Amino acid sequence: MSEIYKGAIDCDLHPRLPTPRELGRFMNEHWRDTVELRGIETWDSIAYPPNAPLTRRPDWRKAEADSTPANLAGDTLDRFGFAHAICNSLFPVQAFRDEKLGAVFASALNDWLAAEWLAKDSRLRGSAVLPIQSPERSVEEIERLAGDRRFVQVMLLAMGEHPLGKPMYWPIYAAAERHGFTIGIHAGSSYHHAVTGSGWPSYYLEDYAAQALGFHTQLGSLICEGVFVKYPKLKVVLVESGITWLPPYLWRLCKFWRGVRNEVPWIDRSPEEFVRDHVRLTLQPFDAPSSAAHIGRFMDQLQSDDMLLFSTDFPHWQFDGADMLPPGLSPALTRKILIDNPLATYPRLGPASGGSP
Amino acid sequence: MTLDAPLAPELEADSDRQGNVPVQSRLKIIDGDVHPTLHSLADLKQFLAPRWREHLEIYGSRRKLGMSYEPYPKSAPRACRRDAWPEDGGYPGSNLELIRSQYLDAYGIEYGILGPLGLSGQSELNQEFSAALTSAVNDWQREFFAKPEPRLKAGIVVASEHAEAAVAEIERCANDPAFAQVFMLTRSAEPLGNRRYWPIYAAAERHGFPVGMHVFGSGGHPYTGTGWPSFYVEEGAGHSTSCQTVVTSLVIEGVFERFPKLKVVIVEGGFAWLPALSWRLDKLYERMRSEVPHLKKRPSEYIRRNLWCTTQPMEEPGDRKQLLDIMEWIGWDRLLFASDYPHWDFDDPFRAFPANIPRERTRQILSGNGRAVYRLG
Repeated sequence: MSEIYKGAIDCDLHPRLPTPRELGRFMNEHWRDTVELRGIETWDSIAYPPNAPLTRRPDWRKAEADSTPANLAGDTLDRFGFAHAICNSLFPVQAFRDEKLGAVFASALNDWLAAEWLAKDSRLRGSAVLPIQSPERSVEEIERLAGDRRFVQVMLLAMGEHPLGKPMYWPIYAAAERHGFTIGIHAGSSYHHAVTGSGWPSYYLEDYAAQALGFHTQLGSLICEGVFVKYPKLKVVLVESGITWLPPYLWRLCKFWRGVRNEVPWIDRSPEEFVRDHVRLTLQPFDAPSSAAHIGRFMDQLQSDDMLLFSTDFPHWQFDGADMLPPGLSPALTRKILIDNPLATYPRLGPASGGSP
Repeated sequence: MTLDAPLAPELEADSDRQGNVPVQSRLKIIDGDVHPTLHSLADLKQFLAPRWREHLEIYGSRRKLGMSYEPYPKSAPRACRRDAWPEDGGYPGSNLELIRSQYLDAYGIEYGILGPLGLSGQSELNQEFSAALTSAVNDWQREFFAKPEPRLKAGIVVASEHAEAAVAEIERCANDPAFAQVFMLTRSAEPLGNRRYWPIYAAAERHGFPVGMHVFGSGGHPYTGTGWPSFYVEEGAGHSTSCQTVVTSLVIEGVFERFPKLKVVIVEGGFAWLPALSWRLDKLYERMRSEVPHLKKRPSEYIRRNLWCTTQPMEEPGDRKQLLDIMEWIGWDRLLFASDYPHWDFDDPFRAFPANIPRERTRQILSGNGRAVYRLG
């Protein structure tokens, strides 16, 4: 096995989804009873159909059957020598229409992750899932977990009720910045709206393709509403967004901004500058053609070596074999993607300046 | 805005070889996106049956926006160039004399392809009224623009959400040389590859019309999959996401497999997003072709065969060479020049292109490709 992954930080690993009943163990009696009395046997979204090829790599699917999930993640870390992996839970708490249920499930999910994954392998780190239905309850969840430094990020979805730059969400960014949490926006939808501005597509393939469009919208919203002006230390990671869409969208956004910037006079820099200073992307799915020439051109478009963060997207099937990196990257850039960029993006990954490990 | 602008050197050199013909008649520019506007409602009403004329007077246009105009105030009145307002008090795009002097003559436009917006019958809540309005708008384009000015070619506006009426309208206009395309909008009630729209594509393919899919419209959903953005600048930048929804849907739902000769032109969405979308779709197709066994080719192959993009508003990377990569990846035969006259983000055919595009390529985009797609002699 190649040594190049030694010490790498995997910025997108997915724990197995717990059942509502498993999460009930982390709720008080009333809500635990609610899960039973109201028959919440399943709470699955249509993202990642369990048997779809994209959802599980065939080899990982087999390995998973032979192993407990946390151990399997540990095996992957051992095999490649990763230093850390950040666990992003995709249990769809965001889909509840009742914000109280959303908040109860989000807290239970985060506590489940801490107990069943983070406590079982000291290399694992977590993203705190927020009940985005309520910015107020989201802030409460951030405050509740702020003392546990194993949580390095708060996680939102690419599509929800409103674009994430709107001022109603700013208390979340204030709390995240205060505690050094990175904001992770992961592919996915609360499905409170159709995934496209023209309604529901027929096929899962289209739904997944549409996730990238959600990221376009979120990025435009965060920039144009002025989130990065208001919160200058905030870092946002677009997780599992794909990456080649970004430069063309920025060219377009910058051109429109130059044309109509009197609409958003608080934006004092070109959108591209905000992106280079505040926005990072995880590597998978790497959606450029796998030729070194194409990838070189893409890196030129990106105009930054600081923006890409290594990810496996385990156990999703985004790459074949063990080639987790696209070809043609220089050793220096490879090291940045694997180690330096993640460390610079997640302040809570570094040594604690106080508090628990 | 006129010919005091320096021509791209390649074009100048090219025109020199042809002697003393005025510059504007040599370049033979074909423009895929020109917007005509009503001078007065009376111009349209004469083409409506009394029943619908009365409906318009009493109930007005009720579109799936909940608003009588657009939900985002524009950056300029009517989103138009300040210098495009005619002295007769009408709206930009309503005065044929000004269109000629400021645009057709000034730039040497051989053909401009019309795409009516606003009160055009699209996105109307009342489906029958939608159908009646589109017919009237098509008659109005023909009588007020295409007949008196042969350089202007009309687009057959159709009631997209009422396929039966849309097909009838295509049939009604099909043999009239005034019309060069079928004209739809990108934001629809269902993604545009949905089967409810297939009769429209069948009719367009049957008659050889390209289908222009222009940004805007409203299908009754928030404009994005995550709700309503706040600003016009977000809507503007976000049109490329609506265009990507259109292309994804047409390809994956099998429209291009079912209608192999169909020509779809994305209008006013730019184009730099297309290579990344093609790569993403190809990659997903490799993983999940079992979900879409009706597809016989990779998504990028359908895109390469059935799709064109107009160039405006052209993306502007800091390093303009990067735009050449994008054009190369899309295919030089796939791009059609468009100006968007008389709107504020008008692209000037002599200034919009990066200077380093080879002369032959520029010529293709400015005229050759459009001539083939719109079947202009």
